[in-house]
Amino acid sequence: MDFGLSEEQTLFQDALNNFLADQVGLERVRRIAGGEESAGAVWAELAELGVSALLVPEAHGGVGLKPLDAAVAAECLGHHATPSPFLGSAVMGPTALLLAGGQGERLERLAAGELRIGVALGEAIAARAEAGVSTADGKLNGKALYVLDYGADEYLVADSSRGLHLVAAGDLEHRPLSTVEKTRPTGELVFDNSPAIPLSADPAHLQAVLDAGRVMLAADTLGAAQNMLDQAVAYAKEREQFNRPIGSFQAVKHMCAEMAAHLEPCRAMVWYAGHALSEVPEEAHLTACHAKAHLAEVGTFVARTATEVHGGMGFTDLLGLHYWFKRIGFNRQALGAPELVREEAARAQQLAA
Amino acid sequence: MDLSYGAEYEAFRAEVRDFISAHRDRAPKGEGMRSKKVLKWQKLLIEHGYAARTIPEAYGGFGAEPDVLISRIIAEEFANAQVSSGLGGQGISMLVPTLLEVGTEEQRQTFIRPTIHGEMVWCQGYSEPGAGSDLASLRTAAVLDGDEWVVNGQKIWTSTAHLADWIFCLVRTEPDAPKHQGISFLLFRMDTPGIEIRPLVDMTGTANFNEVFFTDVRVPKQQIVGARGEGWQVANAILRHERDSLGDPNVMLSRLNGLIRLMQSETIDGRRVIDLPAYRDRLMRIQGRVMALGFNDMRILSARINQKDASLARMVVKLQGTELRHELEQLGIDAMGELGLAYGKNPYLRDHGNWQTHYMFYLGLIIGGGTSQIQKNIISERGLGLPREPKVAAKAAATG
Repeated sequence: MDFGLSEEQTLFQDALNNFLADQVGLERVRRIAGGEESAGAVWAELAELGVSALLVPEAHGGVGLKPLDAAVAAECLGHHATPSPFLGSAVMGPTALLLAGGQGERLERLAAGELRIGVALGEAIAARAEAGVSTADGKLNGKALYVLDYGADEYLVADSSRGLHLVAAGDLEHRPLSTVEKTRPTGELVFDNSPAIPLSADPAHLQAVLDAGRVMLAADTLGAAQNMLDQAVAYAKEREQFNRPIGSFQAVKHMCAEMAAHLEPCRAMVWYAGHALSEVPEEAHLTACHAKAHLAEVGTFVARTATEVHGGMGFTDLLGLHYWFKRIGFNRQALGAPELVREEAARAQQLAA
Repeated sequence: MDLSYGAEYEAFRAEVRDFISAHRDRAPKGEGMRSKKVLKWQKLLIEHGYAARTIPEAYGGFGAEPDVLISRIIAEEFANAQVSSGLGGQGISMLVPTLLEVGTEEQRQTFIRPTIHGEMVWCQGYSEPGAGSDLASLRTAAVLDGDEWVVNGQKIWTSTAHLADWIFCLVRTEPDAPKHQGISFLLFRMDTPGIEIRPLVDMTGTANFNEVFFTDVRVPKQQIVGARGEGWQVANAILRHERDSLGDPNVMLSRLNGLIRLMQSETIDGRRVIDLPAYRDRLMRIQGRVMALGFNDMRILSARINQKDASLARMVVKLQGTELRHELEQLGIDAMGELGLAYGKNPYLRDHGNWQTHYMFYLGLIIGGGTSQIQKNIISERGLGLPREPKVAAKAAATG
């Protein structure tokens, strides 16, 4: 028995963390978030490291790894608040293409980092502001809001009967939507008899793609929250008031302890949820829902508390702590807010209609 | 990630199952801890290695090498079968491991065999009215008079004191030494003259604890574990055992399933409570947290087997486990609303009133065994490396 990351996974995690710390530090995050630099370059660098090829089978030029490996990558990206596409091109896209079958050429381009896939599945979870997509004669109509990894070449789209489609960015109207989170762009897609490639009519496939995405968001929050806790602890050791490090006051150290107490068990939960996606299919949906919702709650608590430990400095732009705060906030809402995902967890156990 | 225990362990699991199904009619069901049935069952379990498994044969145990997975399989199978896995208690869980580490050969020979067989029942004399979280400030004194210690003072929170044959007790023997170096660890009989036991009724309405008073209690000089003044180190080894054993996620899981059943059977205006979204969401929220702690437990188990570090994961278990359990029990009461107020003899009492009892009892466990606040000190100082609070200069007269 070995519950946890393998040696290879730990090495991969270290390598990716080192790369991100060296190459995509806070200053670069600021430039990209401020629009002075494109996130595309970061994605190209990650693709060179093999991140785009993680889930693509070797037969299609990929690395042929498992969702848990992708969760390790997601945790690293969250840890560094990395402004780059990932969810669509590295996880949900390949997952959908593999389920659909017969998409070898696309998988090859994904693995090589030459194709970027965005995610327009939000309406399959909770349609807001009268958004939604319908299919007729193989064409799509309607609109999708807050698509993930906006700026992609193609988008995964769910229709009102939970079918999965792929639509080229050139076959629809789109515009960016400004949000509080600047490390990951979102946008709105409008379909007007847009031609689409049907990937799957099986709602179970959509569910599997959503589960994979949710575990990645949970992992991203795990990394981001861990970083905020680390920063808070470092600050509490350094910052002095009343001639003492503030971390020696119980009021402050207990805030740090509460963050660690809530966050540390999340690590095992994310590992298991990632593992279950490919290895324990009968538990995959329930654990994905719970990991997504639970990490959203714990992440929110850590984001707020770590900011408070920094006092007034935490509230400023100077420290940049807010990039992680907002990233965690984004992860909370994307692919299902906690209340919605918990309701799905209840349905998965026949505890709700 | 490898979640299988392996063929060898699954074979062992099958053995345990066979044993349970062959012998379950002999297992006690609520009989008193002194009953013949309990004692015979304990003996049978030890003979088969399902109790006192790693205690050397020379001291009456089964004599196997420690193996975390074997212990886990035994615990799982007895729990799943709802068959008694033998005696627990502070003598078996805390004193015996301590004697194995620091006791003399004579002490091991004298105490371990009857203790693990349930023939010698122990209570623990640690906390005092003036020494709770700051246990090392305890003041119960033992003074050497010839070949005997003379013990005077008071202990509190002494569960099973009224049932125990013996007590393992922390006393101050070196009043002039710094507080952590002036304590000794004594063993003595509970029927020694000068011991008075007063039941301490708690908020559940039951006397789960006692106060124990010592007046000139005379204890043979050699009934000390470790050297004079080393009692604190001896006690700390035991406290670690206690923290590890609290907040078992398997128990939590079965309690969660009980909560689901309760919410499926109770109704409000004819609708099942589980069908009301506000209650259901609270249930799901708790389920997610129970799940996280369950995986955390698997991680700790695995880290022990593979010699990996999971110290922070372990440090948070008592804090998280007791707080979550208290909230879980609270949802049980909230699901019942006014019916949740029922206590004692009441025709509308559900599940023998155990939601109410556990709700209160787990508040006790949030406080006992190192309060949540002490846990947070441990997590932040030992786990996160935050600086200790500067010590206030001790008033010399206060602790003596």
